Amino acid sequence: MRKTLMAAGAALLLAAGPSMAQQKTIKIGFVSTFSGPVAVIGNDMRNSFELALDHMGRKMNGLPVEVIYEDDAFKPEVGLQKTQKLIDSDHVDFIAGYIWSNVLLASLKPIVDSKTFLVIANAGPSQIAGELCSPTVFSTSWNNDQTPQAMGLYMNQKGVKSVFLIGPNYAAGKDMLAGVASTFKGKVIGQELTTWPAQLDFSAELAKAKDAKPDAIFVFYPGKAGVQFLTQYAQAGLKGTIPLYTAFTIDELSLPLQKDLALGVPGAQEWVNDLPNEANKKFVADYIKKYPGHRPSFYGAQSYDAANLIASAVTATKGKLDDKAAVQKALEKANFKSVRGNFKFGNNHVPIQNFYLQDVVKSGDDYVLKTVATIVKDNQDNFHDKCPMK
Amino acid sequence: MTLFIEQCLNGLQFGLLLFLLAAGLTLVFGIMDLVNLAHGSLYMIGAYFAATFAAWTGSFVFGAVLALAATLMVGMAVEVIAMRRLYGRDHLDHVLGTFGLILFFDEAVRLIWGPEGMSLSLPSWLNTSVQILPGVQYSAYRLATIVVTLAVAAFLYVLVMRTRIGMLIRAGASNREMVGALGVNIKLLYTLVFGLGAALAGLAGLMQAPILTVQIGMGENILILAFVITVIGGIGSIRGALVAALLVGFIDTLGRSYLPDLLRTMLSKEAAATAAPALSSMLIYLLMAVVLVVKPEGLFSAGNK
Repeated sequence: MRKTLMAAGAALLLAAGPSMAQQKTIKIGFVSTFSGPVAVIGNDMRNSFELALDHMGRKMNGLPVEVIYEDDAFKPEVGLQKTQKLIDSDHVDFIAGYIWSNVLLASLKPIVDSKTFLVIANAGPSQIAGELCSPTVFSTSWNNDQTPQAMGLYMNQKGVKSVFLIGPNYAAGKDMLAGVASTFKGKVIGQELTTWPAQLDFSAELAKAKDAKPDAIFVFYPGKAGVQFLTQYAQAGLKGTIPLYTAFTIDELSLPLQKDLALGVPGAQEWVNDLPNEANKKFVADYIKKYPGHRPSFYGAQSYDAANLIASAVTATKGKLDDKAAVQKALEKANFKSVRGNFKFGNNHVPIQNFYLQDVVKSGDDYVLKTVATIVKDNQDNFHDKCPMK
Repeated sequence: MTLFIEQCLNGLQFGLLLFLLAAGLTLVFGIMDLVNLAHGSLYMIGAYFAATFAAWTGSFVFGAVLALAATLMVGMAVEVIAMRRLYGRDHLDHVLGTFGLILFFDEAVRLIWGPEGMSLSLPSWLNTSVQILPGVQYSAYRLATIVVTLAVAAFLYVLVMRTRIGMLIRAGASNREMVGALGVNIKLLYTLVFGLGAALAGLAGLMQAPILTVQIGMGENILILAFVITVIGGIGSIRGALVAALLVGFIDTLGRSYLPDLLRTMLSKEAAATAAPALSSMLIYLLMAVVLVVKPEGLFSAGNK
């Protein structure tokens, strides 16, 4: 009896063997910040990426998906190290994620050199849209300048004549301030860059802004710094005297801490939770169902899109990821249902997309973001001319 | 001119806040000869307590008072449970032990309060700006913290210079062994001093909470500044801590506000905008380097070490 069982077992093993060898897994490395005060952003990205995998039955073109999440600890050197590990020892097929422009710029070289496909889910440094663009690098977010450019257009509509710019002194901060200045028709009467991420007290900068007497203040402070800025802006007595315009400063993650302070402060964004398309409705509803007490942010939406973009390429190439040219072609088509409504990639693999005006509304004890208007349609970044890819 | 006055007030507020942190650090360092890296954790704990108690009681002031008492208790408990085992060992052990405490506190806070952080909202009478001089508006809350810190500084002065405990503290700072040899209950004194330092750090944390929000690791950046102040002021000297803290506060704030304009007269606009924040955050360390060269013991050395 035992012998028969053994034989049967061996036969089963032999039968299963070859088919198991064919069963490839799609390996995806996901780099984001999962520790420290900005871990809320990384968690939202991971939650959304996981939700996207759930929605596709955790399979792409019938192949199981394995995601390796790595924490960049908010530091460029750690991001680079984790990226290198994903490429050299995990041999991932795709890398996705990256919140911070400076972390991404530090990590870019090994990704490009190894021809690993990269789908950026947030960071959008101007260099990657321009001279550093690469056939294997794609973005489901934006280029840094685009969102503040939309805000600059909106400020023109509102008749703002002069503005004071405040932002953090790193790659994205400089891009953002340059972005708003490029479309704003009035006068930029002052600009302050603050030490990032160490400086959290903006009293000196707010005092200078107040002294310059501008029509408006524009800020870019992602993550917790946005909470601190809005608090200090109110405490300095500026709320009600000098209106504030923002990019990436108010979102679903900072709103529970900003509360009333965020009311009436406009922001620009390429995705808002109430965009009326089917993919988005499903994403937002299922996110709230899967993670009770949390709402998805634009960081999550971009990560959800990143997972779906990857899946679309795996499906189109029938899982043959060794054919790099075919995968690149498939990714370039952006053939998936984006939660922001469908978009096209530009020559530099940055989306050409709409930007919306969003406002904070209070419903009961909750604060939610709402789409007010479309500021600009099918916007392409300013740097695509500098990208050698045609 | 109004801008200059406002920036001076900002510098004063920041300096006094740093003083609260540095005072506790310098006392513990000077008297117990203990390098306490976990001082920033007590700052964080103070802020978390204040946010929690304010939410429970519905009153900012009441929450702050409760938080202060609670931080004092935590500080004394930490001294009895952990610090006592570190006295008499060398500084490397202190660094290792108290670094472990940072990790412990960060993880404990994550378990109890979660990773999101909290916000401590101010009552409306503090959340506005007031006119202090014709044409000069200043944040009511920052003004209140200046007043509170000045009162605490005065209290510390009286405590250290005019009371028996203060005499022991001063004696301990200049010669520890002798104080012990004279039959003073040094254990109790240590617990009290550590508790006092913790309460001061907690006060600094809870006063910063409405400005900066409450989050894990909030004490780590500011702790570096507190150490710089301790070094500049002279280890163990409260007066040194006060002078150094004010110096650092003014240099940091005024540097941040005037250096960009100054650099713009010499460099291109882009270069100035990028270099200024980097350079202004360096100024403090330049000051420390100069002080170390001129007076290696610090501005006000507490005694013969």
